[in-house]
Amino acid sequence: MSDPDRLDHYVSTDPFAPQDDQVLTPAQERLYAASQWTMMWWRFRRHRLAVVSGIVLLLMYAGILVAEFLAPYDLHSRNVDFIHAPPQQVRLFHEGRFVGPFVYGLDYRLDMTNLKREYTPDPDKVQPIRFFCRGDRYRMWGLIPGDLHLICAADGGTLFLLGTDRLGRDMLSRLIHGARVSLTVGLLGIAISFLLGITLGGISGYFGGWVDNLIQRIIEIMRSLPELPLWMALSAAVPINWDPVAVYFCITVILGLLDWPGLARAVRSKLLALKEEDYCAAAEMMGATPARVIGHHLLPNFMSHLIASLTLSIPTMILGETALSFLGLGLRPPVTSWGVLLSEAQNIEAVVLYPWLMTPVFAVIVTVLAFNFLGDGLRDAADPYHQR
Amino acid sequence: MYVYLMRRLFTMLVSLLAISGLIFLIIQLPPGDFVTAYVTELESQGEMVSPEKIAFLRQQYGLDKSPLEQYADWIVGILQGDFGYSFEYNLPVTEVVGDRVLLSIVVNAATILFIYAVSFPLGVYAATHQYTLSDYGLSFLGFLGLATPNFLLALVLLYLANRWFGTSIGGLMDPQYLNRPWSVDKVLSVLEHLWVPVVVIGTAGTAGMIRRLRANLLDELNQAYVVTAKAKGMAPRRLLVKYPLRMALNPFIADIGNLLPQVVSGAVIVSAVMSLPTTGPVLLSALQSQDVYLAGSFLLLLAVLTVVGMFVSDLLLAALDPRIRLVSGGRR
Repeated sequence: MSDPDRLDHYVSTDPFAPQDDQVLTPAQERLYAASQWTMMWWRFRRHRLAVVSGIVLLLMYAGILVAEFLAPYDLHSRNVDFIHAPPQQVRLFHEGRFVGPFVYGLDYRLDMTNLKREYTPDPDKVQPIRFFCRGDRYRMWGLIPGDLHLICAADGGTLFLLGTDRLGRDMLSRLIHGARVSLTVGLLGIAISFLLGITLGGISGYFGGWVDNLIQRIIEIMRSLPELPLWMALSAAVPINWDPVAVYFCITVILGLLDWPGLARAVRSKLLALKEEDYCAAAEMMGATPARVIGHHLLPNFMSHLIASLTLSIPTMILGETALSFLGLGLRPPVTSWGVLLSEAQNIEAVVLYPWLMTPVFAVIVTVLAFNFLGDGLRDAADPYHQR
Repeated sequence: MYVYLMRRLFTMLVSLLAISGLIFLIIQLPPGDFVTAYVTELESQGEMVSPEKIAFLRQQYGLDKSPLEQYADWIVGILQGDFGYSFEYNLPVTEVVGDRVLLSIVVNAATILFIYAVSFPLGVYAATHQYTLSDYGLSFLGFLGLATPNFLLALVLLYLANRWFGTSIGGLMDPQYLNRPWSVDKVLSVLEHLWVPVVVIGTAGTAGMIRRLRANLLDELNQAYVVTAKAKGMAPRRLLVKYPLRMALNPFIADIGNLLPQVVSGAVIVSAVMSLPTTGPVLLSALQSQDVYLAGSFLLLLAVLTVVGMFVSDLLLAALDPRIRLVSGGRR
């Protein structure tokens, strides 16, 4: 019989396992075994906007690979009967009946009082849009001949989803073709700035002394100069009669040439801290050259940061190219970029009468925003060990 | 402080000298010179130009000397207040530049003031209301402001200004004041027109500034001393103004070093689009026609404007924050 005054003695039947709290759950194990890049990816994935932006950018860059196929018309094909035609609206129903995507053909009339071209959609002309169709002939990247397009106008009809310009060229097609130049200018420029930034920043941070001092003074001077006027001056120096491709490369070099100081600074400050580490001294004692120590042992430490900050400076270059071409100092027709397209919308007249000439600006805004969001996400993900 | 001032002054002079060399180099980059361009133009109009005349022109403009000598002449001239001769306008550069530099300074200064005046309250608001609808709204607007090319914003705003307020399109003043001496009415007219370019140039800067002030202030708001003060029962507003805001203000002011080049850049393109009587449009045409001394002088003036602006801001910062002086050089 138990004593009513005494409490029962409790005995746990669970097996005795003092190391229990040190056994990892599968989730923890996954986390601890993950490489740095995997952890970055996990962190990046949480930033929804950055992921969406990344996908948008991927699609855009995939698009410029096959720009000729995506664009309904060729870059230079002119429709002399449709000059400054407004955008045609895509419809699905004609008189209450479903016909699939189509546009109404345009009726043209010249207003004799103010000599303005007036286009009205004609509900009698139903022009169904064709898909995967034969249209203007092209040479993909100037090499592979073809005439297949994703969408084209009905036979004998027109398809100007974003209107036409002053020569009757389809704006949508020009926008798609222009993306090829506008989107790559930033990448090439950034590559140049990356190379310069890492080399000069690396030398500056690793060797120190008078080299460091000199490079730092140069950086200070370059950072205190207004970018755009210098870009203008440099691109005005590109001879007008050069080959368009050469001009294009010159512009990318110019854009990259002024961008490296910020990057060089970041590289230097990281190197200054890291070169005191033991593994760096060990590598040096084993006879590694400075280039190998910097490139192989030190750079990987902050590569992710560099990539993030690079992503954030691509938009500056895209905007820079747009501004230069807009002013007529950058790329010139027949090369087509968004800036070149926008230079046609240069006056108030265009804003009032032909607002669709300004559509490339939306492409610019979307791209720049996407790069900014992506860069933000990458920057947050760049340091996965940092708890927030 | 005195030592700091002298050292800062010295570095400024050295960088100005380096900048002038750099600018001269860039200006000389295009193949040929103004005389070549001039002669081609004359020949395209069917005029014959004799080699003697070309040589004479070269000699007159000093283009026959070596680049180094030309540079020396240019710099010495500038120190004496002579900026050289504009080939295109057939006038001394100082006369072409004239009011334009003054107006450029006015536009740039007004833009900086605008940026600070707008971004300060908005940045503080966004930070104190983190993750609210208005914070997201401000962030979105900020991103949009960063992403829109400002020359297009200029066009659209010009159109709207004309439509809604009847302000004449382009320019910085009503047409009747164009060649008049400065008067009260003229100043008022300038003020009336100033807001469009100021808003346009300032958008990108404001957007960036709001984001930075928000980030700085958020960092401070999470510090332990804020929690302590809160626990003590300090009124929220007084707490905000007395401690974290002061701390967050430092980088805000130091940022003028990034802001100034950006504003000057923006002003050039916006004024070219809006044909403001500032340095922008003339710089553009001078660059296109290889008017060496004019373009060079404008570039140099813009650079001087930025460098001196940064010098002043560094001094301000040193006066505000005693820690700055310990670090040689100043910025960041």
